Amino acid sequence: MSKVLIIAEHDGTNLNQSTARCLSCAQPLDASGADVVVLASQCTAIAEQAAGLSGVARVITVERAENEHAVAAIIAPQIVALASDYDYVLAPSTTFGKDLTPRVAALMGVGQVSDIMSVEGPRQFKRPIYAGNAVVLVEVPEGQTIVATVRVASFRPVAAGGQATITAADISVDLPAHTRFVELKSGDSGDRPDLQTAKVVLSGWRGLGSEENFGILYQLADRMNAAVGASRAAVDAGYVPNEMQVGQTGKIIAPDLYMAFGISGAIQHLTGIKDAGTIVAINKDGEAPIFEIADIGLVGDLFDVIPELEKRL
Amino acid sequence: MDKILVGLKRVVDYNVRIRVKSDGSGVVTDGVKMSINPFDEIALEEALRIKERGDASEVIAISIGSSDCQQQLRTGLAMGADRAILIETSQEIEPLAAAGILLKIIDKEQPDIVLLGKQAIDDDNNQTGQMLAALWERPQATFASKIEISEGTASVTREVDAGLEVINVDLPAVITTDLRLNEPRYVKLPDIMKAKKKPLEVINADELGIDISPQFTAVSHEAPAEREKGIIVDDVDALIAALKDKDLLG
Ligand SMILES: Cc1cc2nc3c(=O)[nH]c(=O)nc-3n(C[C@H](O)[C@H](O)[C@H](O)COP(=O)(O)OP(=O)(O)OC[C@H]3O[C@@H](n4cnc5c(N)ncnc54)[C@H](O)[C@@H]3O)c2cc1C
Ligand SMILES: Nc1ncnc2c1ncn2[C@@H]1O[C@H](COP(=O)(O)O)[C@@H](O)[C@H]1O
Repeated sequence: MSKVLIIAEHDGTNLNQSTARCLSCAQPLDASGADVVVLASQCTAIAEQAAGLSGVARVITVERAENEHAVAAIIAPQIVALASDYDYVLAPSTTFGKDLTPRVAALMGVGQVSDIMSVEGPRQFKRPIYAGNAVVLVEVPEGQTIVATVRVASFRPVAAGGQATITAADISVDLPAHTRFVELKSGDSGDRPDLQTAKVVLSGWRGLGSEENFGILYQLADRMNAAVGASRAAVDAGYVPNEMQVGQTGKIIAPDLYMAFGISGAIQHLTGIKDAGTIVAINKDGEAPIFEIADIGLVGDLFDVIPELEKRL
Repeated sequence: MDKILVGLKRVVDYNVRIRVKSDGSGVVTDGVKMSINPFDEIALEEALRIKERGDASEVIAISIGSSDCQQQLRTGLAMGADRAILIETSQEIEPLAAAGILLKIIDKEQPDIVLLGKQAIDDDNNQTGQMLAALWERPQATFASKIEISEGTASVTREVDAGLEVINVDLPAVITTDLRLNEPRYVKLPDIMKAKKKPLEVINADELGIDISPQFTAVSHEAPAEREKGIIVDDVDALIAALKDKDLLG
């Protein structure tokens, strides 16, 4: 029997990379591998992707029409039905996992460890608090299932190369009818790479002045095959959609290269980029706090620097 | 007509520079500015707007913690809440315990909507609303950026990683707020005076008859790892050279 159950995140067709990052967090907890559960209306393609990851002991599928969209109130009781066989239940600390996992934990009568950033022992984990201004080592007592979310930026995805078996689980629990999925509206990010998996991310500020001006950042991003992110200020101003917000209350990312154009470096923003390989800051204010954590800083006007970079790269 | 219960957690103000205590037992909170958790301020603002639209009749603010939380509740009353409840305790309250306490108050008050923040900016747990919805066996609509109430249901637009998701839930339900839901109003001086006369009920947490002791142990606290000091370059040429040097330009 495996000890770790990981709840797969997917969009109905493709497995999200956050699952491979959870597997990497699970490795020290059980060297023999983790089980991954896929709940969907059509599981096969997603399950095959999960089975191909290393560190997977078994893929469990729960195929039901009700699982077409990840509605926490519907998914949670199904997870609980499976969870009694496990010592750990893990999900990524993305909006999917943040919404679902506490509901699972409460149904099981246990607390939850949010945002595991490192595994320090079988029952000891480090997690960030106060927007990452402090790190706490928490211990979960013996005798209770550990339900946790994994801070995905802290773990590299496991490699491919697995050949796990796929088994279908038949779960007969009553599902509530009180919650209905209506629609998902995605902002148009063109063919740009995904913010959470991109190797290079460029971020901009409302100082770009308008939605149109963000265009110069998009052009540079396309030249560099980069994803585009933003500070809260830019999202609040309505220049870019909410899913582009990086930070304490947005996405936590860990690209190899992060370039901030005209971002002051508020602590709520910095906590979202601290795990980046190299941080570059371009700001016209030499005193901006972003320079305190930047590996490479350039004091200058982004309206000069962005076009010049685009010309030269 | 609908009754709305709003959670107001007292937290270290978001502008305070947090320092970890030298003995690692926690962070310094003595003498620092305390405020309503920003997401809870948004929750209260939304409750007030729902009431002002005529979709609710009463807004009740609730806080769990020490008697100092009365300050935040008074601010909530000045913003426009009709009455406040303090569940007084000196214990560290984990989200599951907070959810258990809120459930007890729900039993008594029978609200149609419970509005909480998506996360408290001190523990950054992002759990309480979801846990409460589970214990209450009711719907949850987390990370809301738009709420529309009609005929016993709420249509909620949620800020998710893939964009904006809309769900429709039966009431009663738990809704948690995201940043874009609204901009909270400022409190005016006359309202602060008026708020002094509004009812604030204090209930000792022990009287609720539930176990609220923490499950987890905080073994130690530390400051986050610092990044090494970087370099400042003079122009775009030097920037490109530095990036090439690190092999970051593909
Ligand atoms: C509860 C809470 C949660 C939050 N969560 C987040 C979060 O998740 N993510 C987040 O980002 N923020 C978050 N914030 C907001 C955060 O505190 C800051 O307000 C925000 O990050 C500031 O964004 P900014 O740096 O883009 O804008 P500003 O602070 O306005 O800074 C703009 C910068 O651009 C520079 N600039 C202007 N024009 C130019 C130019 N032409 N060329 C070069 N530089 C220029 C200026 O010098 C300045 O440094 C949160 C706040 C709260 C209260
Ligand atoms: N002690 C508390 N008093 C009042 N509300 C709380 C308390 N703890 C949590 N909440 C509510 O639950 C939300 C999420 O908190 P958390 O799960 O700790 O991140 C907060 O934004 C509050 O609305």
